[in-house]
Amino acid sequence: MLSSYPILSTLVWLPIIGGLLVLFAGRNNDAVAKWLSLAVAVVTFILSIPLWTDFDTTTSAMQFEEKVVWIPMFNIYYHLAVDGLSMPLVLLTTFTQVLVIASAWDVIKERVEQYMGAFLIMGGIMVGVFVALDSILFYIFWEALLIPMFIVIGKWGGPRRVYATMKFFLYTFFGSVFMLISFIYMYYQSGSFAILDFQAMQLGMTVQILIFLAFLIAFAVKIPMFPVHTWLPDAHVEAPTAGSVVLAAIMLKMGGYGFVRFSLPITPDASMTLDWLVIGLSLIAIVYIGIVAMVQSDMKKLVAYSSISHMGFVTLGMFVLYDILEKTGSLQGAQVGMEGAMVQMISHGFISGAMFLAIGVLYDRMHTREISAYSGVVNKMPWFVFFAVLFSMANVGLPGTSGFVGEFMVIISSFKANLWFGTLAALTLVIGAAYTLWMVKRVYFGPITNENVEQLTDLNKREFAIMAILAVAVVGLGVYPAPIMEVMHTSVANLLVQATTSKL
Amino acid sequence: MNFVIPSFAPAIPEMVLLGLISFILVADTFWSKRFQFATYYATQITLVVVGYLILSSFTTTQVITFDGSFVRDSFADILKLFTIVVSLGIFLFSREYLLQHKFYTGEFFILGLFGVLGMFVMISANNMITMYIGLEIMSLAMYAMIALRKDFSQGLEAAMKYFVLGALATGMLLYGFSMIYGATGSITFPEMAQIIASGNVDRVVLSFGVVFVVIGLAFKLGAVPFHMWMPDVYQGAPSSVTLYLGTAPKIAAFAMLYRLLEEALPGLVEDWQSLIIMISILSMVVGSLVAIVQDNLKRMLAYSGIGHVGFILLGVIAANPEGYSAAMFYVIVYAITGVAGFGMIVALSKTGNEFDKISDFIGLNARNPWLAFMMLIVLFSMAGIPPFIGFWAKIIVIEEVIKAGFTWIAVIAVIMAVISAFYYLKVVKAMYFDKPENESRIETTSSGANWAVSFFALSLLILGLVPSSLIDLCYESLKAI
Repeated sequence: MLSSYPILSTLVWLPIIGGLLVLFAGRNNDAVAKWLSLAVAVVTFILSIPLWTDFDTTTSAMQFEEKVVWIPMFNIYYHLAVDGLSMPLVLLTTFTQVLVIASAWDVIKERVEQYMGAFLIMGGIMVGVFVALDSILFYIFWEALLIPMFIVIGKWGGPRRVYATMKFFLYTFFGSVFMLISFIYMYYQSGSFAILDFQAMQLGMTVQILIFLAFLIAFAVKIPMFPVHTWLPDAHVEAPTAGSVVLAAIMLKMGGYGFVRFSLPITPDASMTLDWLVIGLSLIAIVYIGIVAMVQSDMKKLVAYSSISHMGFVTLGMFVLYDILEKTGSLQGAQVGMEGAMVQMISHGFISGAMFLAIGVLYDRMHTREISAYSGVVNKMPWFVFFAVLFSMANVGLPGTSGFVGEFMVIISSFKANLWFGTLAALTLVIGAAYTLWMVKRVYFGPITNENVEQLTDLNKREFAIMAILAVAVVGLGVYPAPIMEVMHTSVANLLVQATTSKL
Repeated sequence: MNFVIPSFAPAIPEMVLLGLISFILVADTFWSKRFQFATYYATQITLVVVGYLILSSFTTTQVITFDGSFVRDSFADILKLFTIVVSLGIFLFSREYLLQHKFYTGEFFILGLFGVLGMFVMISANNMITMYIGLEIMSLAMYAMIALRKDFSQGLEAAMKYFVLGALATGMLLYGFSMIYGATGSITFPEMAQIIASGNVDRVVLSFGVVFVVIGLAFKLGAVPFHMWMPDVYQGAPSSVTLYLGTAPKIAAFAMLYRLLEEALPGLVEDWQSLIIMISILSMVVGSLVAIVQDNLKRMLAYSGIGHVGFILLGVIAANPEGYSAAMFYVIVYAITGVAGFGMIVALSKTGNEFDKISDFIGLNARNPWLAFMMLIVLFSMAGIPPFIGFWAKIIVIEEVIKAGFTWIAVIAVIMAVISAFYYLKVVKAMYFDKPENESRIETTSSGANWAVSFFALSLLILGLVPSSLIDLCYESLKAI
């Protein structure tokens, strides 16, 4: 470990304290609030880079560890660390944070300091979710995140924002309380709240199945999986642009992260027994939700459904491993699927963030998200359409973009598991192309039929910079995904061993 | 017959308190209008002095005096100290409120102090008579306080209701006491426990006695199905009295519960445990569901209080020292949260505007962002969302109930916690999302109230980040016994 200072604590607490500072310092001065927030976000991102550069890819052990006793009475520790599964997600969070702050620059006019402060605090809490290794600490970050998000959607959202934010809060709160009960139950079995101890402990089959289901409710709501996905379109549509970006790019990933950190290693036998359930729900999400996306008339809703469909790939890639093991007898193929799922999470973070930001650019100018209100945008905003089409192609999974890598890996491994899984998953490439390209055609191309479109102006420098950075990320990860896979490789291999070692 | 002078030392705080109250009571009639705040300051000083006396003689060993009727242990000391902290807040908020609503009198503070004395006696009671006396000192003071505002018919109605129902509850309790005395032949708690353990008792009479005692306790705590007085009294009483009713007495009622169930009747666990389970679940369900439809904040908080009592009883279900410690932690947290929550209503209540409806809180964020943020902390803490202290209170009682083998009760509890989150969110929604008709800035009635609201609300956040010492305190105090 090269760095001697507590880098993870800094990444958690710097944005939170910065956010509180913004609340006070920016009270009557929007400029101060904006610049201070940007400074905090940029500094946090820069400070998170050593995680990548100093990361030891040869081990699956936890790194950058910090461990302090927090509540001795219940053996609760303030325990932070990362491994190859969480480190990329931490970087994704700090990176997205900068874009989110920048995207709100001229758009938010009301209570700027509260908006910026809420997003910074959220950023710190999200990093906390990914780096916490004590289950109670994890739960605290997981739940605390709801508070700023609740305020952001409810305060700066669209017309039905109150309904959407209540639904969002109660759905996710309901999902996670069962997880808490599982934690407490396991605490009485193992005498510790440490996630690593949970992973090492023995559990009977009935108990495993109950815990697995409790976890499934918590994570399925967050991802979200069919049939508990209904909060997402509402929340996305009503949230302000930056809120949608954070939701899609990071918060959905928490569910996926939960599966690899909790479900698979803690309840491997239950996961094996019930893998059909997750795979089935994932396939429904991929195909059915994809079809639902096709008929949406609201751009944000379309991208929201597309997110659910893409997150279906993540869960599919994670849970096909048992079928592959059964068929081929080796974990070789499963490794591809799991890595594909992880890459898909990162890539979807970039792509969905970019898609929502692109819609945000249009919305800021026209104040409508209806597809039918647009036509021929390319004539007025060529640069914008260049980026928007690039991101749409990435959403479809065009080779050369990051969207392709993860989906391709997951599809390959599902073919190994079962011909039908593979076929259904591959079908989504067609459906995804259908709804995305159809939207592209209707919104960006064609003749200008609306005089408001006539008035549109192309990207300003700030928007151009945001779009360009994301475009580089999407294409870079698509052309050369090796570094990110290398980071994950050892941890994923270790995860597969954990997930296939019986605990009975 | 030889008479032994008992040791007065353990009861010095109570005696000093009584002495000072008597002094203030007399002095208040002589202090002229010009020194109208003298009573208020004397009250606060009294509380600080008594608090200092308890702290300076803080003991971890159990001392019993007055022929076995009075007990002093660390459990009692800790609860008394928190009663004082909570009461200091209550009186601070009340002064401005009484002035604003034009019924400022010294009696409010004197009665309040008598209530505190009653709570102290309840907390330290070691036999049934002491407990009854403490309970009556406290209750009589509260009946009078509710009716203190003579031109306020709602308050008089609430006082009447509380008096009649409170007397009924006391009657039940006494009836239970007499049956238990009849069966065991003792009024002292530890002796009763010994006699019951020996087995030479009439179990039928005892069981009936336990049922009546539990009913009386449930009444005082405000647990379902004996909760009907709470919403009406909370809503009808002047807000500063609601603040008093809803916080400090809960601590004393919990002490009463502990002394009776754990110190006197542990041998009858199987008799009262199922009762407590039913009461606890019903309280959580009714508290969560009925609060949803309330539009008066005081009434909503009353139902939310009923729900919280259900959670406190979860710790009692476990019927072991850890369980009681968890419940003790919960009740302390609840009292602090209550002071912050009701204190917010009292601090914003001005002449002609009670500020006790949810609609009054619409747009508070636009009118005073700091107060809205404080209220946000209070509400999320009550809902049990981390990182606030309310989360730890809930998780610890749930932990104990799971450890005792009642996982199904824990499942009901968390589902009710989710449902109750809805009505707390409704208030947050009003404060943050709704547009106020009147955008003008709103301030608390005094800067002192502003500081006090901030102090109590921020302590919920800070204790939530470092809850360890308070948890340890509760667990250690019951381990020592």
